[in-house]
Amino acid sequence: MKALLFERKVAKYVAASVAGRLSPGKGASVGPLKLKDIDEPELPGEDWVRLRPLLAGICGSDLATIDGHSSRYFEPIVSFPFTPGHEVIGRLNDDTRAVLIPVLSCVTRGITPLCRACAAGRTNHCGRIAFGHLEPGLQSGYCENTGGGWSASMVAHTSQLLAVPDAISDEAAVMVEPTACAVHAARTVAAMGSQEAVAVIGAGTLGLLTIAALKAEASVGTLLATGKYPHQKALATSLGADQVVAPRELGRVVRSLTGAFVLDGGQLTDGVDLVVDCVGSEASLTQALQVVAPGGEVLVVGMPGHTALDLTTLWHRETAIRGCYAYTRPDFDQALALVANAGLERLLSATYPLARYTEAIEHAATAGPRGAVKVAFDLRPAAKARART
Amino acid sequence: MPRPGFVLDVDKSTPPILFHHGEGFRLEKLPAGRSRVIYPGEPLDALDDVESAIADALANPMDMAPLKDLLTPGMKLTIAFDDVSLPLPPMKRPDIRQRVIEQVLDLAASAGVDDVHLIAALALHRRMTENELRHAVGDRVYDAFAPQGALYNHDAEDPDNLAFLGTTPHGEEVEINKRAAESDLLIYVNINIVSMDGGHKSTATGLASYRSIKHHHNVHTMEHSTSFMDRHNSELHHSNWRMGKVIADAGVKVFQIETTINNDTFGQDGPMSVLAKREWEWSAKDRVSFIGMQQGLKRLSSPTRRKIFQSHRAPYGVTSVQAGAIEPVHEKTLQHCFDQHIVEVEGQTDILTLGLPYICPYNVNSIMNPILVMCLGLGYFFNMYRGKPLVREGGVLIMTHPTPWEFHPVHHPSYIDFFEQVLADTTDPKIIEAKWEKQFAEDEWYRHLYRTSYAYHGVHPFYMWYWGSHALKHLGKVIIVGGDNRAVARLGFKSASTLNDAFEMAEDVVGPQPTITHLKNPPILMADVK
Repeated sequence: MKALLFERKVAKYVAASVAGRLSPGKGASVGPLKLKDIDEPELPGEDWVRLRPLLAGICGSDLATIDGHSSRYFEPIVSFPFTPGHEVIGRLNDDTRAVLIPVLSCVTRGITPLCRACAAGRTNHCGRIAFGHLEPGLQSGYCENTGGGWSASMVAHTSQLLAVPDAISDEAAVMVEPTACAVHAARTVAAMGSQEAVAVIGAGTLGLLTIAALKAEASVGTLLATGKYPHQKALATSLGADQVVAPRELGRVVRSLTGAFVLDGGQLTDGVDLVVDCVGSEASLTQALQVVAPGGEVLVVGMPGHTALDLTTLWHRETAIRGCYAYTRPDFDQALALVANAGLERLLSATYPLARYTEAIEHAATAGPRGAVKVAFDLRPAAKARART
Repeated sequence: MPRPGFVLDVDKSTPPILFHHGEGFRLEKLPAGRSRVIYPGEPLDALDDVESAIADALANPMDMAPLKDLLTPGMKLTIAFDDVSLPLPPMKRPDIRQRVIEQVLDLAASAGVDDVHLIAALALHRRMTENELRHAVGDRVYDAFAPQGALYNHDAEDPDNLAFLGTTPHGEEVEINKRAAESDLLIYVNINIVSMDGGHKSTATGLASYRSIKHHHNVHTMEHSTSFMDRHNSELHHSNWRMGKVIADAGVKVFQIETTINNDTFGQDGPMSVLAKREWEWSAKDRVSFIGMQQGLKRLSSPTRRKIFQSHRAPYGVTSVQAGAIEPVHEKTLQHCFDQHIVEVEGQTDILTLGLPYICPYNVNSIMNPILVMCLGLGYFFNMYRGKPLVREGGVLIMTHPTPWEFHPVHHPSYIDFFEQVLADTTDPKIIEAKWEKQFAEDEWYRHLYRTSYAYHGVHPFYMWYWGSHALKHLGKVIIVGGDNRAVARLGFKSASTLNDAFEMAEDVVGPQPTITHLKNPPILMADVK
């Protein structure tokens, strides 16, 4: 079968890193990702089934891997070669459709007793992601044994499947996995109680979905958001942001909203109690610490890497930075409903056949300036590239 | 004998007309047969002896006793004076305020008055710097009073130094500077550059607090001020006059000194002098001078151009000084203003064109940001009429100005937020007023910057927007030629690259072959539209 395969080739990884820094997405052309004919992955055990991807999204974490930006932290929790793709809507052998819940927790690895996190239902915190009868892999799409969504066939544990009703289109269903990340973040916020004002940094896929999820799941008085491009601003507004501003304007807006004073260098003396960083870059985290209130919290939803931050403000103002990774099964149940209710299918901007993967990845890596949000591979028969915006 | 202003009907022989364009200029050919240009009057003759005129006004005031008779030992005397927003551009030294204040202080000293305070009546404008205060009152006065803390800027946010004097029958609260209110005599020294200035507005606005000013600086008042340059048809002035009565009834005794200046804005020689000349009268030297100035300006960076323009000091001549009771003094002042500014114009026009210069009341030594562009065009210049607006209802206003997305971070901090937040939300003055004004007006940071730095009050950009609300309601479209497209769009206006493009765009609103009127200001003129 045809599959995109990411192999451990250091020289190519370095080349991808250089190319990716010069031009986002270029790592696909020179790096270790190649379209190959490979055997379908074998079923690892009894409770495993074959899933034939229909649509598979390209995620920010995929792009970081392909462009050689991702942290070495991941090395022990992935296994090579792997087929990327964890945002997957696929068809099962019984002809029904399912969305993949990609976390490879204890159950999928045949580990008993379950680790403390899995026993508590927090599968995203699983402590055994490099152990059990599967090779290491934090998720399907990063594990040698499971295959991934960027192929014609992969395998999934039955616990990883979320049935898709007929009324939900493939295009909507492929948005469920990233929406589950956003729902997880929103439920984390909801657990903190009612928020007078929240600032969401970033209006890419994750930022936009987080805005929608916060409106649906949390109690937020004023929801601020940053967006670089006109389509991002329009979508953020339509999904429920009360005010959408350019990134450089956020500090002034938060200052105005909270009546804060400003110190030399731009640090606010007050701010919003919660900032949700859906970018995870050094710049976005620095900004988050500038606009979060003393005693407030920065929830990092976008995947960060190596960053240099001045944490004096964190110490002096007793602010907190908290990670927010992935999801649990209940998040997927909510995400499926949210995708349908909020019409999140509209965030899927373009699809490509696997054969045009370099174009697809470049498009995804430059989605903002090209007026796009989510880009996905279309694995359905006779799939052609098409822009949906 | 100076020639009065007049209306030129444009024909094929009419040369291109000079349009101001921020810190630059444009020469624009207007369509023949349907365009006209309103030219300001030449500078009226200045008083030969300003010092004697001041002395005479103080000795022979209108409806009040001579000033020397009002000054007694042990009295508390406050002299308030107009701030840096007047005149425009600033006048060459000595400033008329200095000349008046020096004579007043000489009289006070002769009378043994030693409790004297001088206050810059800046309302919600930014504080004046030491250099600006020195320019206004002169070094001698500054050095005698400022070190002792007796010369300072009015602080409209100082609760300990404001006095509530009462409420008008319309429910307008009157709260002014406490020192002024509690003085035995308040002397107000004014410069009436346009007919909007002066009268009761000097004290009722210049020395007031936000609590008081908000009663007339609002959308309703501005929409019912037709125009605010015509005090008898201006709700802005009606409100200030009602407040003036409250101030008088509270026992505040005001000795008003008003002055007028002529149109000698650009001088009779030097490169700027060509700006005051009528284009068909330009000599070969004028043309060379203008071309040289244009080419020189093009080579300069924007900050350098700004610095050059902002350093210009106008050689205005003083045309009158009158003193005494506020109302008779102001009526006479208005007559002097109108003598210089009024040009009779027959009928309205489909399209009004304006060339906006580099300066307005709120960017002296500063940056003309997009909100100020709006205010200068739709506020001040649109309202330079008596009778009815120059442009018909539903007509189009075309302005030339680079309209940079640029703000002075010290002077205009709340403007930046207004531009980025409020105008991104809506440009409707009524919605802006209802939804946003309170937040900005009561923002402690803006209040801090207004009181301790050199920032306009947090609410000030709202007033700039309200200043244009009458025009916004009246016009069918506003087009800015040569502006920053993003900034113009944020203002809610349309951009055009050339004046001809703007005319084509305007035809969508006013139809083909529209009539066009160009208000050639500055130097200042005011249209009396029949």
